Amino acid sequence: MDYIIEMCNITKKFPGVIANDDVTLRLKKGEIHALLGENGAGKSTLMSILFGMYQPDQGVIKKNGEVVKINDPNDANRLGIGMVHQHFKLVQNFTVLENIILGVETTKHGMLKMDEARARVLELSERYGLRVDPDALIEDITVSMQQRVEILKMLYRSNEILIFDEPTAVLTPQEIEELMKIMKGLVSEGKSILFITHKLNEIKAVADRCTVLRKGKCIGTVDVASVSKEELSEMMVGRKVDLIVEKENKEPGKVIFEVENLTVKDRATGKNVVNNVSLNVRAGEIVCIAGVDGNGQSELVYALTGLITPDDGKIRLNGNDITKASIRQRNIGGIGHIPEDRQRYGLVLDYNLAYNLVLQSYFTPRFQKHGFLKYSEIYKYADELIDKFDIRSGQGARTITRSMSGGNQQKAIIAREIDRDPDLLIAVQPTRGLDVGAIEYIYKKLIAERNKGRGILLVSLELDEVMNVSDRILVIYEGEIVAELDPKTTTVQELGLYMAGSKRGIVA
Amino acid sequence: MDTIYFLVQQMMYFSIPLLVVALGGMFSERSGVTNIALEGIMIIGAFTGILFINMFQGMLPGQPILILAIIIAAATGIIVSLTHAFASINMKADQVISGTAINMFAPAFAIYVARMIRTVQQIPFVNQFRIEKVPVLGDIPLLGGLFFRNAYITTYLGFAILIISWVVLYKTRFGLRLRACGEHPQAADSVGINVYKMRYIGVAISGALAGIGGLIFVIPTSTNFNATVAGYGFLALAVLIFGQWNPFKILLAAFFFGLMKTIASAYSGIPVLSALDIPNEVYKMIPYIATLIVLAFTSKNSQAPKAEGIPYDKGSR
Repeated sequence: MDYIIEMCNITKKFPGVIANDDVTLRLKKGEIHALLGENGAGKSTLMSILFGMYQPDQGVIKKNGEVVKINDPNDANRLGIGMVHQHFKLVQNFTVLENIILGVETTKHGMLKMDEARARVLELSERYGLRVDPDALIEDITVSMQQRVEILKMLYRSNEILIFDEPTAVLTPQEIEELMKIMKGLVSEGKSILFITHKLNEIKAVADRCTVLRKGKCIGTVDVASVSKEELSEMMVGRKVDLIVEKENKEPGKVIFEVENLTVKDRATGKNVVNNVSLNVRAGEIVCIAGVDGNGQSELVYALTGLITPDDGKIRLNGNDITKASIRQRNIGGIGHIPEDRQRYGLVLDYNLAYNLVLQSYFTPRFQKHGFLKYSEIYKYADELIDKFDIRSGQGARTITRSMSGGNQQKAIIAREIDRDPDLLIAVQPTRGLDVGAIEYIYKKLIAERNKGRGILLVSLELDEVMNVSDRILVIYEGEIVAELDPKTTTVQELGLYMAGSKRGIVA
Repeated sequence: MDTIYFLVQQMMYFSIPLLVVALGGMFSERSGVTNIALEGIMIIGAFTGILFINMFQGMLPGQPILILAIIIAAATGIIVSLTHAFASINMKADQVISGTAINMFAPAFAIYVARMIRTVQQIPFVNQFRIEKVPVLGDIPLLGGLFFRNAYITTYLGFAILIISWVVLYKTRFGLRLRACGEHPQAADSVGINVYKMRYIGVAISGALAGIGGLIFVIPTSTNFNATVAGYGFLALAVLIFGQWNPFKILLAAFFFGLMKTIASAYSGIPVLSALDIPNEVYKMIPYIATLIVLAFTSKNSQAPKAEGIPYDKGSR
């Protein structure tokens, strides 16, 4: 019996859903154990139970074979269980050090003993290769640095069982690789890791064993080395998934969208974050802007969609100059936008689904009359879209969007944007943070739109996505388009070199 | 030189209550609860404190009675603030509405009770608390004249509260946790800090300090209490914002507003100003215009606690 933690026959019900149905998970000491499942499969609920944030309706938790009761995060901490939450729990205007010690401060005569804590943090960061500056403010450091702070928080509390809740969703490929190294290092120092994810590559890369959840039920636990990625994804989704997208060859039509010498300056530094970018999108093609995060993609999209005004350059849609047009003029004029941050720019999270589905069209005569909204029409339309795009939610059109899963939130945005029949669809990282089922769905939708003769501008950080979906690749590096590639003739390695800035091509 | 002494001494009468009340507001808001009820709590604190002085004056010597009155004002302030805490922390009520309710309740309560027990609403008291000159310290050149003559013990109490506040907020475990609750309560909760408890304590401290502030505002500037503190609770909120929720910046802000107020009310005692032929009303407007201008320019880069005013719900993520 070398299980350090066992969760036996856990059942947890919420009103209307069974989040965990008789789930058993056993973690061995010194292993990386992946917990795989689609969004809404019950992974987070299970981990929240282990971390004491929820109480199970049935089932027991054992540590080293003994039954334990975990009533709150303090109990979990006492048992040596720590968690890196998907949304970091860090106080933005505190220093790294303050965040690490928060909750377990040591004091002398009532005053904080910061020097001792600092020495301990430096020692830990040295030992596990987690470089941090203890005096930097959280708001000034990168996301991957913040994640290291979260890991240090667990180590500072001498936690033995480390839960990582989708830790790679916010990281770049290089940072992911570094995190994998750190995780392996932690295990070799005797820690045990529970790794929540829906990315199969990562499981194959680091995990020893994997437990798969689907719709709240435990599908099984497997040795990662003995199964293929395809088998894992079939276990997770319940059917065969095809991420290699089928798409017929199609000759693109006329140019519908043109960008000429677009320049955007950073307001603080005055540097050109988008530097003299020219591109065009033709009807019936998917043009992909590939690049490492932070190379000006966001600003480029903001300028194209009207969220910021470019400092120089021209934008033309169907031959009309829209450089100075308002966001609504652009939307009505034929641009659909699937934004990068779906929760911030895509949805009003506290509105219900129906209202979110008419955010771009509530002012049209179909949905309002003399300034009054036509509720029955709005809900009728919402039901149509829910049906057509298979958007799943607890209470249909009346579901508050905040409570929906990420994949279904994204489906809602896609439904809203595609159903307006835009000539150009700008999709920014449309699959970010989604599970394979949802990703497959989104690829199919994008390609269907392309086949209908729409132009699609896809901004992506995922190499597989770039290579599979696009008809033409533009590589962006430090705000400039440095190469135009054909996915049929180029390789992932070559693309990577352009993205890293170590190679430059001639741009037509 | 005498003019400057006069100005500084006068300024303290206005600045110290502002400082104390704004520091109170700071504790509440740093824990994540907006406390717009400072005005009402000041009124209640002043009311019970002055009533106590009125009833026991003559039986006890001057300074001890003042200290007792301060304790009573603080205690009643805490009691009133706990209703705000209950509404905004347990019941998750809109904190502005709960605060406004207290602001409306306080003067009505003070008038009603005063009339019940005294038949008139004014409560007079004899000002026997002024210290003409602090022994030894009052003879120090310059400083003695500025800070140790014509002073009240409340001035020194105010500075003591300032220093204690700074130490508590930045150097103790309690302060670190309190600030975490105002910035990111989910983070605090995830490391086992009881957000509700911290917020209760934050609001209670604001109640105590606002109660004291109400009393020490009335004592140097009046001879009776008439169920009002002349909008000082709201001015303290302005001081808090101008002071960016930071103890020493709050001190500077309190001095600034105190100076404006001094110019407004005591310009006739300042030869330079009284020689100018400007109507009385212009001086009276100064503090309010200064508030508008200063807040318009400083509120842009506000350092307000991020979770301020948002009820904490354990369930939401």
